Amino acid sequence: MAATEKTYTIDIHHVTRVEGHGNIKVSTKNGVVKEVKLEIVEANRFFERLVHGMAPHEVPWIVSRICGICCVGHQMTALKAVEAAMGVTPSAQTILLRKLLTESQFIQSHVLHVCFLAVPDFMGVPSVLPLASSHPDVVKRALKLKKLANDYTAAIGGRMLHPMACTVGGFYKVPTQETLENIRNRLVEALPDVTEMVRLVKTLKIPAYERQTEYVSLKDPTEYALYDGTIYSSDTKESVPVERYLEVTNEFTVPHSTTKWSKWHRESYFVGALARVNNNFDQLRPEAKEVADELGLKVPCYNPYMNNVAQMVEVVHCFHNSIAMLEQALNTGLKEEKPTYTPRAGRGIGSCEVPRGILFHDYTFDASGRCIAGNAIIPTSQNINNIERDMEAFVPMMLPVMSQEELALHMEMLLRAYDPCISCSVHMLDVEFVD
Amino acid sequence: MKPRVAFFDFASCEGCQLAILNCEDILLDILGLVDIVEFREALSEKAPRYDVAFIEGSINREMDVERLREIRARSTYLVAMGACACLGNVQARSNFVAPAENYKCVYGEEARNRVQTDERYWPLWSHTRVRAVKDVVKVDYELRGCPVVPAEFLHLVKSLIAGSIPHFPPNAVCVECKKNENECVLLQGRTCMGPVTYGGCNAICVNNGYVCDGCRGLLPDANIKAHVELMREHRLPDEQILSRYRLFCSNEAIGKRESVG
Repeated sequence: MAATEKTYTIDIHHVTRVEGHGNIKVSTKNGVVKEVKLEIVEANRFFERLVHGMAPHEVPWIVSRICGICCVGHQMTALKAVEAAMGVTPSAQTILLRKLLTESQFIQSHVLHVCFLAVPDFMGVPSVLPLASSHPDVVKRALKLKKLANDYTAAIGGRMLHPMACTVGGFYKVPTQETLENIRNRLVEALPDVTEMVRLVKTLKIPAYERQTEYVSLKDPTEYALYDGTIYSSDTKESVPVERYLEVTNEFTVPHSTTKWSKWHRESYFVGALARVNNNFDQLRPEAKEVADELGLKVPCYNPYMNNVAQMVEVVHCFHNSIAMLEQALNTGLKEEKPTYTPRAGRGIGSCEVPRGILFHDYTFDASGRCIAGNAIIPTSQNINNIERDMEAFVPMMLPVMSQEELALHMEMLLRAYDPCISCSVHMLDVEFVD
Repeated sequence: MKPRVAFFDFASCEGCQLAILNCEDILLDILGLVDIVEFREALSEKAPRYDVAFIEGSINREMDVERLREIRARSTYLVAMGACACLGNVQARSNFVAPAENYKCVYGEEARNRVQTDERYWPLWSHTRVRAVKDVVKVDYELRGCPVVPAEFLHLVKSLIAGSIPHFPPNAVCVECKKNENECVLLQGRTCMGPVTYGGCNAICVNNGYVCDGCRGLLPDANIKAHVELMREHRLPDEQILSRYRLFCSNEAIGKRESVG
C-alpha cells in the first residue's frame, strides 16, 4: 500500500501522564485526514458557580482546589483579583513571599512534567516506573529535586498542596530566618543536580516540527514576568492591561460544538513556558540563557515539542532567581504580618503566569462582601485550540513517513509537550461531535 | 506475590495523587512492596483484580457510577482517598443549585440548552449530583482531608501489607492542636471548625496561623448543637455559621439543612 493511501484510526482513550482525563482521536482515509479531535471527559465541578456566597478570603483558599499541581498559581491569581476588588494593597514583603511561592511551584511542576511525564516517551517506556530500576540515578535525582521544590513551597506557604499561610492582605505566618536559610542552602547544594537534569534533557531527541503561531504571556518591564505584568502578544509586540483580558481570550464557539476556544490576533495562540521564553528571553537569568543556548533553544522558537526544553530553562531561572530573592529576604529580615481587609462591594481581576501559561481570575462581590460572580480562564483551555491546530498540521506532514503506532505516540507526545492540565480547564471544554 | 494497588481518579484536583507522589523519601521503598497498576488505567474486559483500589474524587455522573461499581467489583479493599471521595468536598456545594442552573452559569444558556437536548451529550454531560464514594459503593477505609495526609496513607499501606487493621482515631482536630500548644483561635475572636472535625491532620492549618475549616469531615459523634452555640457566642450570625459548615461539609447532614437553628 502506498504511503498516501494510508487509512488510520487512532483512538487513545484516557491519555496517561497528563493531568486530567482526555482522549485523542485521529482518523485518516486514503491518506486524507478526516478528523483530529481532542476529547475532554473529565467531570464538571462548576467552580465559577460554587464560589457564590463565599467570603473574599475564602475564595482564593477554595479555588486553589481547581488543581493540585497548579494550586499555588490559582491561589496567587485569585488573591490578586480579590485584593483588587477589596482595595487591598499587599506589602513589598508579602509580594516577595508570593514570588517565592510562585517560583517554588514552577520548579515543582516543571520537574514533575519533564522528568516523570515527558521523559518516559523519549526513553521508550510507558511510565516512570520502569526507569526506577533501569535508570535509578535519573529517578532519584528527579525525586530529590521535586522534594526540594515541595519543601520550598511548604516552607513559605505552610504546606506543599493547597497552602494555607497566604491570604488576602498578607501571610498569617511568615517563615523563620532558619527556614529561609535552610531552603537557600538546599537550593545552592542542588545546583549540580539541576546541571545533571540539563544533561538529561540534552539527550532527548526532540521531533523536528515547526508551526508559527502567536505567543501570549505576561510582560513586566522590571523582571522575567511570572507574578505580575501586562498581557503581551508576539504578533503585535504590544501589551494590554490585565483588566482587558476578555479582549485577549475572545472565547468563541465553533460549529458542531460548544467548546469555548480562544484566539487573539490569529486563529489560535500558545501560552506556557515556550511563550514566556520567546517573549521575555532577555530577562532570564544569565545562567538560564546559557542553558537555553546549550539545549539549542533559540528564540523565537516555533516547535511546540521544545516546550519541554523551555521548562528546563525556567527551572534553571527559578533556582538562581529564588536564591537571589531568599538572600534579599534574609538580608532585610521578615516581619510578622497582620493580614486584614474590610469587606466591600466590587469587582477585581487578577493574572499570573502559572507553569502552563497565563491565568486569569475575575470575581465580583456584593456590599456584604459575598461573592456573586466568578470567572477563571485557564492556560490549557487557551492552548487547546492551538494544540488541535498543531495536530491538524502534524498529521498530514507525518502521515507518509510514520506508522500508525509512531503517529499515535507523536500525537500523545505533542499533547503532553503542552503539559495540559485538564482538571483545570474542563469547565471550558466540550466534546466536539463530527457528523 | 506483591499486592496489586491501583489509583483511580474521578472529579477532583488530583492533588491527593500528587500528595502520594510527594512521599519522595519512601516512594521507591513502597514500589518495592506493592505493584502499582498504572495510575490511569482504562478498564477493559481483561482488567485484573485489585488488592487495594484507591478512589480519588467525587462521583458526579452516571458513567462515573458505573465505572466505580466496576472497580468495586474487582477490588478486595476500596479506599476513599481525600475529601472529594470521602465527602464530595467543595464541589458538593453545586448540589444546592439545579444542574441546569449550574450549566447556565458556567457555560451560558445556549450551550446549556444544547447539552440538555442533544442526547449525544448525555453520557459526559448528564451531571446528576455530587456524591461521596460511600454514597455509591461500600468503602472499606477513608483517607480524609484536602489534601490527604501522607502519614495516614503510609499507615494504611503498611497495615494492609502487614495484614493488620489500620486505625484512625476519631478525635477532634482540637486534640492535636492542644498537643501542639497553639493558642486557641476561638480565644483570638476567630471561629473554628476544629471542635467538630475529624483529626489526623496534626492541626496543620492552625499551626500555620489559619483556623480549621473542616476539610476532613465531621466526627461521627460531633456535638453540632454545642458547636453552633459556641459560634453564636462568638457573634457569628446563623447564616454565616451555616456558610462555615457548607464550605467543605455541604454534603454532611448539617450542611444539607436549611438553617442551623
